[in-house]
Amino acid sequence: MATLADRQTSLFLASALADVFRGVPTLAIGANSPIPAAAALLAQHREPSMRVSILGSPAHNPYTNGGGELFDYAAEGRLACFVLGALQIDGAGNLNLVSVGDYDQPTVRYPGSFGSGLLYYTVPRVVVFREDHSPRALVERVDFVSATGTSPPGVYRPGGPAYLVTGKAVFRFDREHAQFALQSVHPGHTLDEVMAATGFHFACADGVPAVTALPSEQDCRWLTGPIADALLGGYPEFARLLTGD
Amino acid sequence: MPESVPLDALVGRIRDGQSLAVPSDVGGVSMAATRALIRRGVRRLHLIGVPTSGLQADLLIGAGCVDLLEASAVSLAEHGVAPRFTDAIRSGAIQMRDATCPAVHAGLVAAEKGVPFMPIRGLIGSDLLRHRPDWQVIDNPLAAEPDPIVLIPAIRPDTVLFHAPLADRAGNVWVGMRRELMVMAHAARETLVTVERIVDTDLLADPQRAPAVVPSLYVSAVALAPKGAWPLALHGEYAADDECLRAYAKAARSAQGFRDWLDGYLG
Repeated sequence: MATLADRQTSLFLASALADVFRGVPTLAIGANSPIPAAAALLAQHREPSMRVSILGSPAHNPYTNGGGELFDYAAEGRLACFVLGALQIDGAGNLNLVSVGDYDQPTVRYPGSFGSGLLYYTVPRVVVFREDHSPRALVERVDFVSATGTSPPGVYRPGGPAYLVTGKAVFRFDREHAQFALQSVHPGHTLDEVMAATGFHFACADGVPAVTALPSEQDCRWLTGPIADALLGGYPEFARLLTGD
Repeated sequence: MPESVPLDALVGRIRDGQSLAVPSDVGGVSMAATRALIRRGVRRLHLIGVPTSGLQADLLIGAGCVDLLEASAVSLAEHGVAPRFTDAIRSGAIQMRDATCPAVHAGLVAAEKGVPFMPIRGLIGSDLLRHRPDWQVIDNPLAAEPDPIVLIPAIRPDTVLFHAPLADRAGNVWVGMRRELMVMAHAARETLVTVERIVDTDLLADPQRAPAVVPSLYVSAVALAPKGAWPLALHGEYAADDECLRAYAKAARSAQGFRDWLDGYLG
């Protein structure tokens, strides 16, 4: 049963994601990602020139050359921004979408790496999104590397992580030092809480951290109106959650 | 010319131990043929999800039909993890070749071009690559500077199996926007298709339709199977049966629950 809190959280996270999509010319969202899909459409409402594609939503799928086209589009360098989720994320930006424990006898098995093995390397601004901000998800070292956070010199690597957005905070990724830096803490959460819930070391400026911006009234009108309507085809339950029906 | 055959004859062409490539759950899955395969008791399949799989892989794995699975992911999408897949990986009942979506597409493109491999970007330094000794890294011979790049071997499935909206009497199959089905058919030794409808017109005669037609050149057999993707969706025809998928996701959490569900499904 959807609650008011679920609805408020979804609106907030969609806005936090849209904030880190700002300024990209092209943005794609993978399958089964309702909050990122709403965020992408919100970013497009804010910046109408942004080209947005959403896999799994026929109305937002401009590709005509089959399921492989998105990867070709990204490999060519045409895709500026993509969102990836992961089972584990570590402090060096490595992603694990596969398993926990020994690969051959895992304690937890997830679906698999999807397109991360290419997209994380070729898309300049990858936003890693994991709502569960806990030491279980944000670990010191991932158990399986679906895609590395950085690459050594000499490896073709125009892409990689740019931001990590969780249910508690937003981090920027510093490629030079291969580590995350805290950008803002969500309203209602504290730096101490974020530190306790993060299994890896991250950079943090002195003083009280910035607070992640709330969605504006206009954002909420877009999300609960035209964006919810647009998502009805691909995400009917989520669309109803946004409208509060 | 491909034959139009009954469903059981179509799946009879798939033999134990073969490699079988199938589309993702939204890409036109022949669930009708999957059910017939399970009923027949096919064994030791090398199943390839292009580039992922879901309900179809979970059913085949749970029913003991699969030895080796190659896919970028297996899940029931919004209905959660694929429980029989997860269980089989944890117990070691099947061998897994983890992939990434563009690698699966690249392997099929290599096969359709008749070349031994296709290079792709990414992957370097990952455990995906480390666990795939068949994927090799070479230094790009055309670059002035060192440039390591991964080679994906051609994927040439023994059989490709999918479900499409329509075919004509000559065995031409219209796949609409699902052009990866075209690549799969080009890459496979044998392509087996179930369809919603068989029409009397020539699908290649209509220039609006022809670019999305898999020509009969590549098609081995077609079987009529209305609602053949159920309970999955068929693009442009019908939506997924979410109630059925939800019930499956719940039942298949236990081996016994899966067997009970499967008994009902096989009828």
